[in-house]
Amino acid sequence: MSALVKNRRRGGGAGWLAAAPLLAVTLIAFGIPVAVLVIGAFSVEDGGLGFDNLSATMREPYIGSLWSSVKLSGVVAVLGAILGAFLAQAVLTSRSGLLREAVLTASGVLSNFGGVPLAFIWIATLGNSGVVTAALGLGAGALYNFWGLALVYLYFSVPLMVLVIAPALDGLKPQWREAAQNSGASTWQFWRMVGIPVLGPSLLGGGVLLFGGAFAAYATAAAMVGASVPLVTLQIADALTGNVLIGYENVALALSLDMIVIALLVMAVYLPLQKRSSRWLA
Amino acid sequence: MTVEFRELRRSFGGTVALDGLSLKIEQGELIALLGPSGCGKTTALRCVAGFERPDTGAVFIDGADVTRVPANRRDAGMVFQSYSLFPNLNVRDNVAFGLRVRRRPTSERHDRAAELLELVGLGGFGERYPHQLSGGQQQRVALARALALQPKVLLLDEPLSALDAKVRVSLREEIRRLQLELGITTIFVTHDQEEALSVADRVAVLKSGRLEQVGSPAEVYDRPSTPFVAEFVGTMNHLPGRVTGSTVEVFGQILPLDGTAPGEEVDVLVRPEAVRVTPSEDGHGFILASSFRGSIARLRVQLDGGGEVLADVPGHEAVRLAPGLKVDVTLVERPVLTAERTAVAAPVEPVG
Ligand SMILES: Nc1ncnc2c1ncn2[C@@H]1O[C@H](COP(=O)(O)OP(=O)(O)OP(=O)(O)O)[C@@H](O)[C@H]1O
Ligand SMILES: [Mg+2]
Repeated sequence: MSALVKNRRRGGGAGWLAAAPLLAVTLIAFGIPVAVLVIGAFSVEDGGLGFDNLSATMREPYIGSLWSSVKLSGVVAVLGAILGAFLAQAVLTSRSGLLREAVLTASGVLSNFGGVPLAFIWIATLGNSGVVTAALGLGAGALYNFWGLALVYLYFSVPLMVLVIAPALDGLKPQWREAAQNSGASTWQFWRMVGIPVLGPSLLGGGVLLFGGAFAAYATAAAMVGASVPLVTLQIADALTGNVLIGYENVALALSLDMIVIALLVMAVYLPLQKRSSRWLA
Repeated sequence: MTVEFRELRRSFGGTVALDGLSLKIEQGELIALLGPSGCGKTTALRCVAGFERPDTGAVFIDGADVTRVPANRRDAGMVFQSYSLFPNLNVRDNVAFGLRVRRRPTSERHDRAAELLELVGLGGFGERYPHQLSGGQQQRVALARALALQPKVLLLDEPLSALDAKVRVSLREEIRRLQLELGITTIFVTHDQEEALSVADRVAVLKSGRLEQVGSPAEVYDRPSTPFVAEFVGTMNHLPGRVTGSTVEVFGQILPLDGTAPGEEVDVLVRPEAVRVTPSEDGHGFILASSFRGSIARLRVQLDGGGEVLADVPGHEAVRLAPGLKVDVTLVERPVLTAERTAVAAPVEPVG
């Protein structure tokens, strides 16, 4: 941390100059779409500017889909972070090098698994006429709801969390646990007073990553639930393609702007927390 | 508070770490566990701390069998080799960790931490985080933390091995001072014989999971009971000698025997400081190399008949006794230990 700061100071003007081309590219690649998005979001029918599109997103059905997306992402982030952390800890302490390698490799693959193929796998197993549904005699529709979607999202979120948290868990020194025991601490006291605080920054970072992944996911949901679970990404797609009503392109852009704002809000909560949890690193 | 190892055995898969270790440590004593890497020092210490359970045998603290007591209920403070401070807690909270575990009030925790930090010479450092401390300071904090709950026993597992030479010496003296001041029974694990000899009341030399010898530093150094101890504690010359009655002839000198000799043709064990080197035109050896160590210089002398002898001379003589110089080698007149003849012996003509 402090080394970074020092470097930045020492770097001064020359450092910026060297990074200028990259910054320019970044600015163009991100700036132009954002500009288009913002202008579109504030453009109203008569060609002027106004809040019509944004206020439309604050009404049903859009506000409901926004909320439902946030809820889904929150659930996936929290459950994914907890399950991922436990899985990683279990694997890393298993002493079996083979298991460790296998799980980490599988996580690398699965964390990038998404879209229609992922949806298909779940439809084929737990869908209305899926293998498992049929075998266990489950009713139809077990998968096509909020929790079904959360389950499917966890399928790539948990492995992602495993990848994020594994190095941090590896960094927990066995001496810390022993020193804690030596001072009379139980296992739970060790985790509460040392383990979890030390992992804090990584846990938080992982959670935010999972939130973002779930929040922005589209193809899986589109293939799986269609309109039965309203999600903001699905609404944007509908509005853009004129699936339901035409002339809603600018509402789609306003919804995208809402997403950006929500992402910024998440960062606004995350960054101070991150800073607090890594105070001891500074 | 005494500590006793009784017939400790512990193996990991195929490797035997402890092979029937028995040792009693007296109240208020600082004992050094000394031995080469892998001889089971850490394992023995961890059996006292409760991190390791012996396969057979028992550990007693203050006469009570604690072999089955879990680590967090034992009354032993431990200092690890390195990096054991909790990185998320500042120095004060690290030291007061055990008190927090016992739910003591904040004021008491702070007072006790301040007192302990004062004791280890880190008065103003309470607010710092571990990564803002030097290695030596970190180990002082670890020491304060280990003492916070006023344990019956202090366990030190090579606490100085990650530090540089100068800090190592000053900190080991400080540990000794503290230990005497608190009168706490202490086990100090080290593979550095100088460290062991300089701070311990008694030194226990371990070899392959067994006790080889235990005694005061002087005893272990001057009267090693086995060739292994002789070799491991300090440096020994193996010089070929011939025993007659209660004397042994070596380099043409007749020296009294210490103990009994294992045979007629033996190795005579002589410390480098018991070897005298004098320049002589027609000497029977020459100086091969000289390494200056401050107060002394260690010379390697090549003998004409083959074989080498190590000799320590006062540092200021290092200039006079330079490599290449022809010299005579004599031994200080005092009883010498002997060991079975090893292959090293080369025919040596009488010197001097
Ligand atoms: N947890 C373990 N698993 C497997 N083998 C172990 C374990 N702990 C110790 N050993 C083995 O037991 C033997 C004794 O180890 P120990 O750590 O007690 O040695 P030591 O005297 O402390 O050595 P060092 O000076 O290198 O620290 C070694 O051969 C070591 O490899
Ligand atoms: Mg060791």
